[in-house]
Amino acid sequence: MADPNVVDPIHQFEIKDILPFGDTGLGVTNSALFMLLTTGLIATYLILSTSRRAMVPNRFQVVSEMLYEFVARMVTNSSGKEGMKFFPFVFSLFMFILVANLFGMIPVFFTVTSHIIVTFALAMLVFVTVVVYGFVKNGPKFLKLFVPSGVPGYILPLVAVIEVISFLSRPISLSVRLFANVLAGHITLKVFAGFVVSMSGLGFLGWLGAVLPLALTVGITALEFLVAVLQAYVFALLTSMYLNDAIHPGH
Amino acid sequence: MAGSTQQTNEAPAANADVLQQGEVLTPAEGHATDATGAAAAAHGTETHAGTEAHSAFPPFDPTYFGGQLLWLALTFGALYLIMSRVALPRIGSILESRRVRIEGDLKEAERLRQETERAAQAYEQALADARTNAHKIAEETRASIKADIDGKRADVEADLGKRVADAEARILATKQAALGNVDGIAAEAAAALVEKLSNKVTAAQAKSAVATAVKEMAS
Repeated sequence: MADPNVVDPIHQFEIKDILPFGDTGLGVTNSALFMLLTTGLIATYLILSTSRRAMVPNRFQVVSEMLYEFVARMVTNSSGKEGMKFFPFVFSLFMFILVANLFGMIPVFFTVTSHIIVTFALAMLVFVTVVVYGFVKNGPKFLKLFVPSGVPGYILPLVAVIEVISFLSRPISLSVRLFANVLAGHITLKVFAGFVVSMSGLGFLGWLGAVLPLALTVGITALEFLVAVLQAYVFALLTSMYLNDAIHPGH
Repeated sequence: MAGSTQQTNEAPAANADVLQQGEVLTPAEGHATDATGAAAAAHGTETHAGTEAHSAFPPFDPTYFGGQLLWLALTFGALYLIMSRVALPRIGSILESRRVRIEGDLKEAERLRQETERAAQAYEQALADARTNAHKIAEETRASIKADIDGKRADVEADLGKRVADAEARILATKQAALGNVDGIAAEAAAALVEKLSNKVTAAQAKSAVATAVKEMAS
């Protein structure tokens, strides 16, 4: 690992077959494994920690209750009581992205959310839910979403076009925001960590010089933990705000 | 950037291996080292982008899109089911029962407090009642005792008065009887004296003589 060019920041995103299913790519891969681990960890933790149903909770149960109340408050604040219909959905999204992101912070582990197809699928799930529920609940009135009230008639067509475009771009912005944050963070981390390894291979001066990227690596690691949590929060928050549009389409 | 990396990846496509790929990508300006090759690749192998999937930038590699979507659907679907059917209702019921319990406890505490207040009031009331009662009883007792004593005293006084009056009457009667007798005795004694001194004195003569004598003594 003395050669700086050997450190490959992209290698960590590669998908590898673990139990291939022919040549289809549908078999168990490292990505699938970490999706399973994510779901498994969340379900196991929440179910085991609350199995006592204690009136006075222990510390594990407190964490589950706090997560529940945190997401519940987020949903009711942005989309009201009716939004609680979607509470399990938003909670699942939040927990899935949160745990997948945090799994990604463990070295060697694969980061599920670093692949655009995953984040895009989740964003499309939100988008389709909003559109379908919006039309089912409000009928054509859902289209009022694109016609803000109080706008003068002559610029209304322009505003409506902008609203439609912004609405259609939601799944893209939602998925790219999460994907790009996770991807960029992991690449940066790997590059700076690679500098430490390659510089320390250059002898004493290299060791001295490696202190700077090492400090940066430590700092970026902390930042990445923040980003991992924050992006899960942002995704869930935007989801509940979009769901609010489906529930109350008038601006 | 993403597009250019995808294209530059095609440059070492012939001997595509991970290390080569890294060499191109690690320094952001990697194609400077290998500019001609990259440029050539950008034009020459663009059409192969789909077929050379394995050497593409992994997050954009469509080879595993199907698998990722499948597994995401399975795992996220399972997560959603577990959350909505088991975990969240359970946590919700725990929080709800705790809320109900706390509310109930607060209500119970309030009820007990009011009960205590009522009991305290009842106690105060009972105390005041007892005090007035005691006063009344004491007054009544005092009054009845006083009446009793007064009655007895009146009885005794009346009795004594009667006895005194009786005694006085008896004394008076005795005195009068005694005084009546004195006259008789004196008359008899005078008659006997006169008889002894003279011969014969009538009782009437004696009586008038005595009366004269008495008058003289009295005057």
